Amino acid sequence: MKEIQFDTIRDKVAQTCIEANCLLGDDVVQAFKDGLKVEESPAGKDILNQLLDNEQIARKEMMPICQDTGWAVVWLKVGSGVRVQGGELYDAIQQGVAKGYKDGYLRKSIVEDPLRRKNTGTNTPAIIYTDIVPGDVLEITVQPKGGGSENMSEVKMLSASDGAEGIQKFVVDRVARSKANPCPPVIVGVGIGGTFEKCAMLAKHSLLRKIGSTHPDPFYAAMEKELLDRVNKLGIGPQGLGGRVTALAVFIEAFPCHIATMPCAVNINCHAARHQSITL
Amino acid sequence: MAKKITAPLTAETVKDLRAGDSVLISGTIYTGRDLAHKRLTDSLKAGEKLPFDLAGAVIYYVGPSPAKPGKVIGSAGPTTSYRMDAYSPLLMEKGLRGMIGKGNRTQPVLDAMKQHGAVYFAAVGGAAALIARTIKEAKVIAYEDLGPEAVRELKVEDFPAIVINDMYGGDLYEQGVAKYKKD
Repeated sequence: MKEIQFDTIRDKVAQTCIEANCLLGDDVVQAFKDGLKVEESPAGKDILNQLLDNEQIARKEMMPICQDTGWAVVWLKVGSGVRVQGGELYDAIQQGVAKGYKDGYLRKSIVEDPLRRKNTGTNTPAIIYTDIVPGDVLEITVQPKGGGSENMSEVKMLSASDGAEGIQKFVVDRVARSKANPCPPVIVGVGIGGTFEKCAMLAKHSLLRKIGSTHPDPFYAAMEKELLDRVNKLGIGPQGLGGRVTALAVFIEAFPCHIATMPCAVNINCHAARHQSITL
Repeated sequence: MAKKITAPLTAETVKDLRAGDSVLISGTIYTGRDLAHKRLTDSLKAGEKLPFDLAGAVIYYVGPSPAKPGKVIGSAGPTTSYRMDAYSPLLMEKGLRGMIGKGNRTQPVLDAMKQHGAVYFAAVGGAAALIARTIKEAKVIAYEDLGPEAVRELKVEDFPAIVINDMYGGDLYEQGVAKYKKD
């Protein structure tokens, strides 16, 4: 049994919210640099250079990369041997998010009701997904998710007869219809299988992968590569001004499926692909 | 070479702009996003006075992050524009001449731009720390209860943007994508 203090979790979550929003991952920065090598459009190159400058300013001044500091989506892996001392785990996460968004001068973007739309003022509630795993470690991943790219996301219930091509057509079409809106170059998260809601979570979770990483299943690794190629033929380019680099990556997560179904979810992430993990 | 322009915009300035032009905007602009647009149009419909003069005005679709101590503003990049499309034609009818955001507009907005002589600029979405450097003053002038969605008056110097839609029907998104699309 491992005991972790409530205050430690709260403070670490707060710090992780700030760092996730101000420090872009090395993999994303490298993807901008790689994009510069293949981008043919002068406007597209100019934008990629601005994104590199922006990353440097944000890092140096600890300013948010984007003013939309997102929904705080928090993924927990809770070891079955972990016990929280001094309070409840979920309270520690929620308080940590509120503290991080306040102390880090991050934008509070959450309204308390979808129709009445009064800002909660704390950026809470956070969205928390929990896995109970063996062991005595608590792993916390904070994934600030912007609203503009979230709006370009979709779930579709396909049939088995639609096959891999049906999935690919849906994914490519979803990016095509998004045009300039989700702040391209985007990262395309794809969930396939599971139930209606499970496949949406798979798509969201896939966005935590490092750009440049290869899918462990060669079948899906090949599909990711083909999808990225098809998406980048759309010509949307950085910020939708036309160009070669529409997406930096396509990530797929697949899951067992009911004999009657083949759901597919596309969750688009803007180029500010932010996430950070800590282990306690 | 970027064109230097001053906000509020004159009719002449708008006439000179074409889709694809890079501009550096200096002067006074106003922030407004979803809820502020709803309140502004509700006020117009009720015959009430607006918190700023719409004549020649430029609205920047942004909800900035909070300013750190000693700073004018936090990060301040554009939000996606189409959510304002339901409100923009009425604002143009009442004098609005410029909109800054990101992403594609719908036909009623493009039609109103032609009819009233207005222009739609894009700023680089997600370059929010970089853009903040061109904002020299910021103050909330209305709807403070909306937090990040409050209307702010911004003084900007050489704010970088690109003309997406001009008043003649030019559309940089369409032109740009057509050039690079592969079948």
